[in-house]
Amino acid sequence: MNERYDAVIIGGGHNGLVAAALLAKAGKRVLVLEKRQTLGGSAATEEIFPGFKVNTGAEDAGLFRPELVEALALERHGLRFVEGPAVAFAPRLDGPGLTLWRDPTRTQAELAERISPKEAASYHRFTQLVARMTQVLDRAMLQTPPNPKEFDPRELLPWAMTGLKLRQLGKRDMMEFLRILPMSVREFLDEWFQDPFLKGLLATAGVAGTMQGPYAAGTAYLFLYHHLGGGQGVRAGRFVQGGVGQLSVALASAATLHGATIRLGAGVARIRTSYGQVTGVVLEDGEEIPARAVLSSADPRRTLFDLLGPQELEPRVMRRVRNIRFRGSTAKVNLALRGLPRFHGQESPEQLTGHIVISPSMEYLERAYDDAKYGRPSQEPALDVVIPTLLDPTLAPEGAHILSATVQYAPYALAEGSWDEGREELGDRVVALLARYAPELPDLVLHRQVLTPLDLEREYGLTEGSIYHGQMDLDQQLFMRPIPGYGQYAMPVGNLFLCGAGAHPGGGITGAPGFNAAREVLQALR
Amino acid sequence: MPIPTPFYPRTSTLSESHEWSEWAGYLAAITYEPTHDREYWAVRNSAGLLDVTPLFKYEVRGPDAERAVNRIMTRDVSRCRVGQVMYSPWCDEDGFVIDDGTVARLAPDRFRITAADPNLRWFQDCSFGLDVEVVDVSRDLAALALQGPKSREVLLAATEDPTLAKLRYFRLAETQLAGAPITVSRTGYTGDLGYELWMAPEHALAVWDRLLEVGRDYGLLPIGLAALDMVRIEAGLLLIEVDYISSHKALIPAQKSTPFDIGLGWTVNLEKEAFVGQRALVRAKAKGPTWSFVGLEIDWISLEELFGKVDLPPQVTGRASRSPIPVYRGDRQIGQVTSSVFSPILKKYVAIGTVEPKEAQPGSPVEIEITVEYHRERARATLVRPPFFNRARSE
Repeated sequence: MNERYDAVIIGGGHNGLVAAALLAKAGKRVLVLEKRQTLGGSAATEEIFPGFKVNTGAEDAGLFRPELVEALALERHGLRFVEGPAVAFAPRLDGPGLTLWRDPTRTQAELAERISPKEAASYHRFTQLVARMTQVLDRAMLQTPPNPKEFDPRELLPWAMTGLKLRQLGKRDMMEFLRILPMSVREFLDEWFQDPFLKGLLATAGVAGTMQGPYAAGTAYLFLYHHLGGGQGVRAGRFVQGGVGQLSVALASAATLHGATIRLGAGVARIRTSYGQVTGVVLEDGEEIPARAVLSSADPRRTLFDLLGPQELEPRVMRRVRNIRFRGSTAKVNLALRGLPRFHGQESPEQLTGHIVISPSMEYLERAYDDAKYGRPSQEPALDVVIPTLLDPTLAPEGAHILSATVQYAPYALAEGSWDEGREELGDRVVALLARYAPELPDLVLHRQVLTPLDLEREYGLTEGSIYHGQMDLDQQLFMRPIPGYGQYAMPVGNLFLCGAGAHPGGGITGAPGFNAAREVLQALR
Repeated sequence: MPIPTPFYPRTSTLSESHEWSEWAGYLAAITYEPTHDREYWAVRNSAGLLDVTPLFKYEVRGPDAERAVNRIMTRDVSRCRVGQVMYSPWCDEDGFVIDDGTVARLAPDRFRITAADPNLRWFQDCSFGLDVEVVDVSRDLAALALQGPKSREVLLAATEDPTLAKLRYFRLAETQLAGAPITVSRTGYTGDLGYELWMAPEHALAVWDRLLEVGRDYGLLPIGLAALDMVRIEAGLLLIEVDYISSHKALIPAQKSTPFDIGLGWTVNLEKEAFVGQRALVRAKAKGPTWSFVGLEIDWISLEELFGKVDLPPQVTGRASRSPIPVYRGDRQIGQVTSSVFSPILKKYVAIGTVEPKEAQPGSPVEIEITVEYHRERARATLVRPPFFNRARSE
């Protein structure tokens, strides 16, 4: 029999490790159980091809909370962020591409020259507005959502600051904030810009990772969410030296320093309960590990159905969990290249140091979604491509590169056939699409990995391949995440907590759910 | 529009009163003769035959069937043996009663549940994640209640199956009747000796015909819901939406009842494996019930006095009344009558209802409201422990 831990954490992804490090730092006896042999969950770096360290899932770590970097001294544990001069580049078949530079003045100059001075001025004012709007969201990231059912005024106290932030925006901006959140990203961008190519590029932030097209309500909110890391119109374009998995390695190092134990290859089979209280976990090999509290960084469906069991839930809660919309919509194609490809409309390699986005118009993006709506992978998908080896050559052998494409849309639920049959076909389609923009690319490919939503579910335990642990729609946010009534990390069984992206504030590499859950656990264990 | 049951070709021609009501979407006879009297007395003195096809019927099948049914019911179904039937309510997550019915164990991995209301979704949701299937068999089964002191003799004569003589209370058996396979359970809603017969709809008419033919010598009569409502009050048995309101239909929280509030505390097993509403019921038990289920005997002298003032003999309804009536002690309303009837066999005006637990001592005096020539008056009554009528089970 193992001795009892204060907290057992299911999953060694970044959120689980954030929670582990914070709980260990607070003096709790902590154990992290990771099913795979690699830390990082769906933000891992794995040597899937000899000599190539590939970010198999997530790439951009720009949303990671700076508060956590400081609180856990992650730089001392080896964490380094790297940023290139470009945030995003949109290659173009019929002329020079468009680059959003990290330096806003450079972007404006480019927009003024390539599109119009008016569009450049709009872009300037637009990014300033987005920055003001994200300040409000920013305050909400590290707070536990209030429970509107209970109306405890004490819970609302921290939110007063968020409210204050909202007030500080001034009446006009505040109205604007509330107006924009439920809008479609298309309408939002249409209000500001005219150039279809620019809007196609920007709109990708509103639909990233979600089973929604840019014409869908609420995608403006997701657009703002992806700007929490200070993006210049798409995503932050901030990467981790050594691969995104190094973030989890640094977190693990901090957690271990504070006394946490981390076990790899230790998959949890069941969460054990007695009289509505968590008592520990059982591993896949039958080993029992008792714990006062259990934190799960798995998604809410896996946590509550597969690990806890629907029979442990009240029928009304079970129904809510059953009704969470997951709907994975992205696939990942990871390529090992013998050299760096050149894209149409590209002038220098520095343009490729951020996100390379293939979404030439919002209509293109919406049509890509149309296919997915009817259960088909997009005939012409939108691609979010990164070549991390440009900023960090250590990831690949000398002269070689890694190119990773996040493919949208690849719906989990196919109308016909299965992903096991369609996997390589999708890979071929993506390579063919890339070849239109970078004709040399097919000849450069050494290795290829295609991860469909089904693979994301099987390998990373993401229900329906949903990288956000549940869609980031407005009705699945805040106190309604993962389900109404359980938006405060504590799950329906005593001392069971959700600490992953299925809890507020949601997906992306933020560390915020882990941070917030750790705070709630410390309260509960007091 | 209500639909006919499989017995309708017979029941419709027998109906002299043409008095029908709607029961769970079916046409159901209230009476066959112009008045209910003979039908009532048939149940109490000989035997009555009632079409109970409109009951909702569900089967829970599969390796986890026992777990699933035990999670739904407040009683410990794991103690229900094959061939046994249990009466039990089932509750929502807050411990409030949704419905009540019988649970028959047909096989180790197969249960049949009867219900007053549709419950398929509820049963399926409660079983989610278990290796079972919940099937609505309401339309696959026709059902008859054969009730009354002569019901056993009628059944034996009709089936020519002497083993049924030993069929115990709340047990079931498979047999043949008029060449049709039927399930017989010794259950009912009358407080009398009685059986319920379950069969495929295509055998319904053959079974009906055989029973009426054999039953003629025993005074068997087809009976309607008017007689049933009278005998079930005498037996102190609850009727959903009359004596309690399903928590799924309550409009306000105060309309909901825990089993403790409606005299079904004995069905709640808090020690068995986890079931829906268990945690809430543990709290409810500790807190004590909001209401106590009681019987009332209304004082006949008091009625004579009240009606005598206007030169009338006591006017009491011939049939059961489902009108709620306030119950008082002193100046204060302490509860309510939910069903009442003048019991012909007991020669008493009796009622069931709920009163505040601290006022619920059996034998203690209360008053109930009664309307005498448009004036509200109060009649004296005494609280008693139901049932008012209960035929000895050993018979």
